[in-house]
Amino acid sequence: MNLILFTFIVLLGFTSYYFGRRKAYTIQSSNKRLTALPQFYGYYLSIWCAIPAFIIFSLWAIFEPTIVKLLILSDYSNQGYLDDELNLIYEKTKALSRGQFTGEITPFIEASAEKYFSLRSIAQSSKVVIVLSAIIASVAYAYKRISSNSRTREPVEKFLNAVLFTASLAAILTTVGIVFSLIFQTIDFFKVIPLFDFVFGTHWYPAKAFVRDSSEALDPTMYSDTFGAVPIFAGTFFIAFIAMCVAIPIGLMSGIYLAEYASTKVRQYAKPLIEILAGIPTVVYGFFAALTVGPFLKELGTSMGLEVSAESALAAGGVMGIMIIPFISSLSDDVITSVPQSLRDGSYAMGATKSETIKRVVFPAALPGIVGSILLGVSRAIGETMIVVMASGLAANLTLNPLESTSTITAQIVVILIGDQAFGDPKTQAAFALGMSLFLVTLCLNIVALRVVKKYREKYE
Amino acid sequence: MNKNKEQLLNKRYKAEQRFRLYGQSAIFMALLFLTIFIFKIFSTGYSAFQKTWLIVPVTFDAEIMMLEQNPSNEDLQDADYYDIALKSMANLDPNANEDQENELKRMVSYFFEKEIKNELLNEPNLIGKTKEVYLTASDDLDQVFKGNYPRDLPEDQRRVSDYQLKIFDQLVANGKVESKFNISFFTNADSREAELAGIASSFMGSIFSILVCLMIAFPVAVLAAIYLEEFAPKNKFTDFIEVNINNLAAVPSIVFGLLGLGVLLAIFQLPRSTPLVGGITLSLMTLPTIIIAARASLKAVPPSIREAALAMGASRMQTTMHHTVPLSMPGTLSGTIIGLAQALGETAPLILIGMVAFVNTIPGSPMDPAASLPVQIYIWAESAERGFVEKVSACIMVLLGFLITMNLFAQIIRHKFEKKWS
Repeated sequence: MNLILFTFIVLLGFTSYYFGRRKAYTIQSSNKRLTALPQFYGYYLSIWCAIPAFIIFSLWAIFEPTIVKLLILSDYSNQGYLDDELNLIYEKTKALSRGQFTGEITPFIEASAEKYFSLRSIAQSSKVVIVLSAIIASVAYAYKRISSNSRTREPVEKFLNAVLFTASLAAILTTVGIVFSLIFQTIDFFKVIPLFDFVFGTHWYPAKAFVRDSSEALDPTMYSDTFGAVPIFAGTFFIAFIAMCVAIPIGLMSGIYLAEYASTKVRQYAKPLIEILAGIPTVVYGFFAALTVGPFLKELGTSMGLEVSAESALAAGGVMGIMIIPFISSLSDDVITSVPQSLRDGSYAMGATKSETIKRVVFPAALPGIVGSILLGVSRAIGETMIVVMASGLAANLTLNPLESTSTITAQIVVILIGDQAFGDPKTQAAFALGMSLFLVTLCLNIVALRVVKKYREKYE
Repeated sequence: MNKNKEQLLNKRYKAEQRFRLYGQSAIFMALLFLTIFIFKIFSTGYSAFQKTWLIVPVTFDAEIMMLEQNPSNEDLQDADYYDIALKSMANLDPNANEDQENELKRMVSYFFEKEIKNELLNEPNLIGKTKEVYLTASDDLDQVFKGNYPRDLPEDQRRVSDYQLKIFDQLVANGKVESKFNISFFTNADSREAELAGIASSFMGSIFSILVCLMIAFPVAVLAAIYLEEFAPKNKFTDFIEVNINNLAAVPSIVFGLLGLGVLLAIFQLPRSTPLVGGITLSLMTLPTIIIAARASLKAVPPSIREAALAMGASRMQTTMHHTVPLSMPGTLSGTIIGLAQALGETAPLILIGMVAFVNTIPGSPMDPAASLPVQIYIWAESAERGFVEKVSACIMVLLGFLITMNLFAQIIRHKFEKKWS
């Protein structure tokens, strides 16, 4: 039904375009001057035809179920049911009226199913009537305006402008959505677990929170020593640190080499090849780290008499470092190439060698941009998920030994939320609290990094 | 004095060479990692494109199958194939005891009954006759045949018994083991049995999510880019939008997964585990990438084009829609493809919205539960069976193939259709 109505509106919209344009031609043939090109008459009419109808249509689709539900459940309102039970009754009613109900049918539910069915059919038919009358009314209005040859280009363009503006709000909406989805769960979480315990506690053991009878009331003391995030934060920064130890020297040196030394031919091939590393999906890196690097390090360690965990922080961090190399190398390459040639020429004129020029002149000049690129790399490393989930451990150990396994924020979020989640459970909320801290940390890093890079760019432009 | 100067100069030249060497070795290291990586994936993965078959003589005995004279097609459908299947496996070793017969049965996939059935359905006049039928070998024997399974382990640590190996070696010696191109890897859905598992379900899941992502992200991003580049007044609000876009481009992907979980699933009650939700989540993630690419290519259209159109009396909207936007399309499209390639490789957000569920049917629409290629890689990589290792690598090869094609396509669009203004 909805689909038919939808297609009908779309078709009407298209036909009214031709009507509008034809009207414009008839006006033209009566030797009157048009106020806009004929197609604007068409656009004007089809916008007026389709948009109000669509707005009513979608509002109806959003509110109809809620209103029907309210009407059905008003029969049960004074019988002391809980919310969950009411929901169950409603679901049963819906299933019965569709003929998919298999359980025991009580007369009450049968009555509400009939009511539901009649309400739905009333709603459907009134929707069609209202939408159609809206179309007729708005088309009639628009047609009258066209006939009196009033302006059509300006309203059409204003409408388009509004559409463009709405689209540009998508970015803000996404940010709002992120904050919105994180903040409520996080607040609920901190109602049960004190913020202090989360930030300074040193035991992370969310599996403990799993063993809970849902009928029991929440007992905050039960969760003491369960959600202390220090080991996770430490693990996150530790693995990011290992990654940066790999990525910064290799990335920076290849960036410098590509920008200053490499011939055009080397640059032409080496740069895209290195950037392939950035295009490989992270799950592939994770597989590589878990299957190849982890066991290799373990074997290497055993042969040297060291005890290496198969899921060591070193394996995860090292592979993550490889992943970040191209980010640092291409960003620093860009930054270094945008250092003005005159600085280099001045240095050469003083007799400095190429490497001295790079180390003492170009590098300091490019430093802010390079720092920005490194910060972006750090933010990537902190937010990277699949490598850690697959290659590093899932138990949160508080350790600074790269050969042992540690866990990170992202890995814990995945561990907690994989499979079915119960909203309202402190364990699920803990994942959102971790997500919130991840979002905040990377947000700060990104803003600082973007600002630094931008400032730097402005300096030499 | 002079000598001292020369020494100093030599030292400086040496330092110069060393520095250069550092740079070269950094590039070398990065490329080395890439090579090891590709080599490792290909060397473990190529064998998954071959599948091992055992050729077993099967006697289609009407009595055992409980078939009457001149059976109809439906009779054939309902007939009992399990017993003849068992019998033909047991016949591989006439003097096997009961335990050994059981082991013989486990040499082929549990699907063998169906394979025999299909054979008969294709050729109904086989009843009463004996035919050599191709049966899928179990994944362990498959690995043994491909040489990926260490045969010298003690028997209790192996999943293949000595007895099975003995029979298998006999079959190999008689030429009754054959390796063929593994079509089922591309046509089967996921399965708990490595020898039957295929990528069809996750492949369709990926396609559907990418299509949903494209349908949402592309129009919104292009419209937003047009507004920001061509119409937006320079004020605090548009600055704020810009900061938002740049920041969203650097938000970790898992946060988008939390967004999908907390808003799309919990509030809008969209169906879990479906490419629809996956696609919407991915579209939010790709949005900033496409906006940035589209803005860059709008910016690259020289102002003279706009000025010419305006001078001819076009309105600003007409100028933009008729001239600037079409000219910027090649850049926008190649940016879109690159964004989609990123989305195609994304795993973490999809895991959070439940696309890791075990799906053994091929989804027919974006509303059916599905996995996606990268998630399939994750699922298989986490399972302990040896047979899945090569599957993972093969799946990675398929995924990388797609990513490379998409990126090449983006390059081609950019080079072929983009106008050079100079």
